[in-house]
Amino acid sequence: MAASSRAQVLRLYRALLRESQRFSGYNYRCRSSRRTYAIRRIRDAFRENKSIKDSEKIEELVNKAKENLEIIHRQVTIGQMYATQKLVIESPGNT
Amino acid sequence: MPAGPAGGSPLPAAALGGGAANAGRGGRSGYGRAAARPPTAPDGRLTRLTRLALSAGPRGDGDGAGAGALRPLYLDVQATTPLDPRVLDRMLPYLTGCYGNPHSRTHAYGWESEAATERARRQVADLIGADPREIIFTSGATESNNMAIKGVARFYKSRKKHIITTQTEHKCVLDSCRSLEAEGFQITYLPVQKNGLIDLKELEAAFQPDTSLVSVMAVNNEIGVKQPIRDIGEICRARKVFFHTDAAQAIGKIPVDVNDLKIDLMSISGHKIYGPKGVGAIYVRRRPRVRLEPLQSGGGQERGLRSGTVPTPLAVGLGAACEVAQEEMEYDHKRISQLAERLVTKIMSEVPDVVMNGDREHRYPGCINLSFAYVEGESLLMALKDVALSSGSACTSASLEPSYVLRAIGADEDLAHSSIRFGIGRFTTEEEIDYTVQKCIQHVKRLREMSPLWEMVQDGIDLKSIKWSQH
Repeated sequence: MAASSRAQVLRLYRALLRESQRFSGYNYRCRSSRRTYAIRRIRDAFRENKSIKDSEKIEELVNKAKENLEIIHRQVTIGQMYATQKLVIESPGNT
Repeated sequence: MPAGPAGGSPLPAAALGGGAANAGRGGRSGYGRAAARPPTAPDGRLTRLTRLALSAGPRGDGDGAGAGALRPLYLDVQATTPLDPRVLDRMLPYLTGCYGNPHSRTHAYGWESEAATERARRQVADLIGADPREIIFTSGATESNNMAIKGVARFYKSRKKHIITTQTEHKCVLDSCRSLEAEGFQITYLPVQKNGLIDLKELEAAFQPDTSLVSVMAVNNEIGVKQPIRDIGEICRARKVFFHTDAAQAIGKIPVDVNDLKIDLMSISGHKIYGPKGVGAIYVRRRPRVRLEPLQSGGGQERGLRSGTVPTPLAVGLGAACEVAQEEMEYDHKRISQLAERLVTKIMSEVPDVVMNGDREHRYPGCINLSFAYVEGESLLMALKDVALSSGSACTSASLEPSYVLRAIGADEDLAHSSIRFGIGRFTTEEEIDYTVQKCIQHVKRLREMSPLWEMVQDGIDLKSIKWSQH
């Protein structure tokens, strides 16, 4: 099994961030809690693991990231189906 | 609304009509206003149908926020927490296609549900350092508390009739003890010091030869203090008395190991750790063996201790929540501590006469209870209508009495009435904290301006020296 290349990891990273941007509804949208959480968590997790050299460990992390990408994709869709109103903090008058 | 294909289906037109009517009332479905890229799905038409017909979120029909109103920020995580998306994802298969009863031994539906339930059991056990056989699923921490207290008391009642607990326990613990008193048991309710912690010497002095159980909660849900669980465990183990702890607010937030802390029974709640409501668990030690008289009779499920079909989707949710909590504990704790520091520092630097209830050091950072002198708690809560907060715990919020926990720590009557509990959780953002702080400072100042008591204090009058005249 070929080790995950740097390009592949970066592709995954961008895909995860892009998918998380699509969280909508209560606590998902714009500056809202759960979207913010997903984006921040993804960035911090990749940053934390960026100097790992062991290829087996990298493979494990990449697989976990792929799983998470699929989870986010599904939950983004469900969140959009059952969206609620925006939070007070998302209205421009309330910044 | 983006136009659908002219596929001849009546649905888009009807929904469009419905949407237009709704728009007149301020657009009840927030989804309609979300100008997002339409969600991509393998079947394009299903996506449009989804948007038009199924944008079915709770619409606030007269209950709650009302049509078109923006939702408040949520800072009440001690009351309950939102479902982590990772938890919901794990639960959904068992709410859709995999619906078997885990106790059905004869077919694949049963086997697959049982496998999922046992996997969840292992996840819960791993979080607390227990063996899966020591985890029993229940309907929540209230049931677990009832089971632990009444179950142990009644099993050993021929020789042991005394139980020790504290005055700041959750209502279900106190109420269980009260009902045991009616059965002829004797209960010692230990007082707490001003900082909310029990005095270990008082605990030691309270033991009697016929004490069967000590019950002390790990993290208090109103003021966030952490009791000295390790020390209590040592004391109980030395005297061979069972130690139960209600760890609903502690699990998944601070490390809890039942062997390290010498805990014999523990209550776990699903909806406090980003899991589903309606499920919890109780840890019952097997070595040395803790015996319980079961509360619920039936088919003997859960080792005979809790009969009834184990709700697989909920159990799976609890297991997933525990697993996620274990992975995220350190990360969450660090973030929540920073946000808590930010909130408290900002408020206290801008506003004088604010008291933090509960020990400053021995606490879980995500539960902050502040008393604002010369401001009435209810008015402040109502003024902060854009933030979901509470004063006192959810179970007692209907009554006008100040919280018994605050009374137990010796808070002044008027300070007890002015307390607000801020809850910071995994999903709380810095922005939400800053907004809350700003509104809090603004309204405390405004309410104080209107208060004659505040005026008198500013003039240097000691309020306690005032002789209020009778009418």
